[in-house]
This record gives sequence, C-alpha cells and structure tokens, in this order.
Amino acid sequence: MNTGSLQHFFAMGGYADYLWPAYAVFFIVLFVDFLAPQLRRRRLLRELRGRLARKAARQPRQAPTPTEPV
Amino acid sequence: MSKWIPLWLHKLSSPPTFYRFAGALRPWLLALALLTGAIALYGGLVLAPADYQQGDAYRIIFIHVPSAWMSLFIYGVMGFAAFLALVWRIKLAEVVAMESAPIGAAFTFITLVTGSLWGKPMWGTWWTWDARLTSELVLLFLYLGVIGLYHAFEDRRQGARAAAFLALIGIINVPIVHFSVNWWNTLHQGSTIRLLGPSTIAPGMLWPLLTMMLATKFYYLASLFGRVRTDLLDLESGKDWVRTIATGGTLQ
Repeated sequence: MNTGSLQHFFAMGGYADYLWPAYAVFFIVLFVDFLAPQLRRRRLLRELRGRLARKAARQPRQAPTPTEPV
Repeated sequence: MSKWIPLWLHKLSSPPTFYRFAGALRPWLLALALLTGAIALYGGLVLAPADYQQGDAYRIIFIHVPSAWMSLFIYGVMGFAAFLALVWRIKLAEVVAMESAPIGAAFTFITLVTGSLWGKPMWGTWWTWDARLTSELVLLFLYLGVIGLYHAFEDRRQGARAAAFLALIGIINVPIVHFSVNWWNTLHQGSTIRLLGPSTIAPGMLWPLLTMMLATKFYYLASLFGRVRTDLLDLESGKDWVRTIATGGTLQ
C-alpha cells in the first residue's frame, strides 16, 4: 500500500470527520469498560491484604497458628 | 431446585468455582474477541465496497449495529439473571445481572454516539426525537438506573434485589426498541438483516457485520467474567477463599 492509497483510505470518501470519531468512541469506551474492573480488583486485594496484616499484628499471641515456630 | 438443574451447574454457581472458571476462560475469550474484531475491521473498512448511496459513511454500520444488538442482548441476559436472582436468590445470578449493566450501558452509549455521528452527514441532524432513538435513550437510562440503584444501598445484596426488580420491569422496553422502526414513522432505516428470509444487504458487507457481532459477543463474555470476578471478591471478602487469593495462595 503506497502513501496515496493510504491517504485515500483515511479520507474515507470525505466522511473521515464522522467515521473515525465513531470508531474512536467504540474503542475508548470498551477499553475503559475493560480496564475499570481490573483496577478495582487490584485495589480490593491490596486493601484486603492490609486488613489481614493489621489484624495479624494486633493479636500476635492470642491465636497462634500451628505453622508458627514455638 | 437442585433436582432439576445439572449438578455441574449447581457447582459452577458457587463463587470460588466460578471465580476460577471465569479466570481460566477470560484470556481466551478476549483473544477471540480481538481476533474476530480485527478480521471484521479489515473486512468492513478495507475489503467491503462503498455504498452506492452513502459512500464510505455507511462503514459506521460495522460498529453501530453490533453495538445496538449488544445493547438489547445484554439487557436480555440482565433481565434473565435478574429473574433468577429474584426468584431463587442465587448470589451469582445477582452478580451477573448487576455486572452486565455497565457493559450494556457502554454499548448503548456507543450506539447513540455512533448513530449520531452517522446521522449528521446522512440525515443532516445529530439527533431527532423519533421512536428508535428515544427508546434507545430510555434503554441507556434504564441501565444507569439499575447501576445507580445497586449502589444506593448500604447492603449490596439488598441493592441487587431492588435493581434486579427495576431491570425486570424495564425489559418491556426491549421489544419497543426492536420494533420501533416498524411501529412508528421514523428517520431510522428498518432492519436489513433478517433471521427468517433473505437479508437485504450485499454479502461483502454482511460478513464483516456478522463477524463484528461475534467479536462483541466474545468481548461481552470476557468483560462480564472480569467484572463478576471482581464483584465476587468484594462480596465474599470475609471468606477463606478470598483470603487465600489475597495472601497469594492458590485455590484448591
């Protein structure tokens, strides 16, 4: 494909101003839709790890786990 | 109920089992979505001929129509899951219904915006209050209502039940959107793809459209599985299996 036909492709018969924004909206919205729960999942697990660590630090001797060295 | 659903289905609806199942399938669904999506884009933007009336502007069809189909399809799935959630109080059905709503809203938003960008050069207007466009906008508000109601309650499961009820009532809008082009006079064109009888669209335009429809279906499943996994972690954060994941262990 040479530059002339690429330009022809991107011009989309004069409808580039409508066509490419439509495709951009399609991909941006779906990308955000896909990314948002991934970020939320990472945040949830981080918070949960913090909560478990604080709980473990608060009561180190009351509930010793069997795996702890005596 | 356990008498007439298969045992594997019963097991699959347990949160840790579904978490693992969805996590294993999701990368494959995403890969299929990207592959079929790329083929559809090449077919639609490069191979398909220009329309004799609309020139190249019609190529918006390859994202507009699959998105519109998904906006209705996802509402159907959400309504069905909402029904299961209300009748049998299956936690997984609640989560599937509630996590379908944002994806459905995304596709409805895409449908409205791409339709607007198509309408401007073809009809000479971005928007008109006709039956098809208005009922699709109502669909967006229904999705947003379900999302809002779900998050308006302190107790997530109570919120899910209230939102499931709204989702179920709103299902009346789905046939209205679908048949609006037949029932009322509208700027919007009628359907060209028919399940029964011949479609009135050239084969070179039809196959990219159907391939993109397949891609959006795969994408919906991949996105839904990711969302359901996240929501299950949140809802079950006090349970052992979630602790195991949080501390880096593997599920048995």
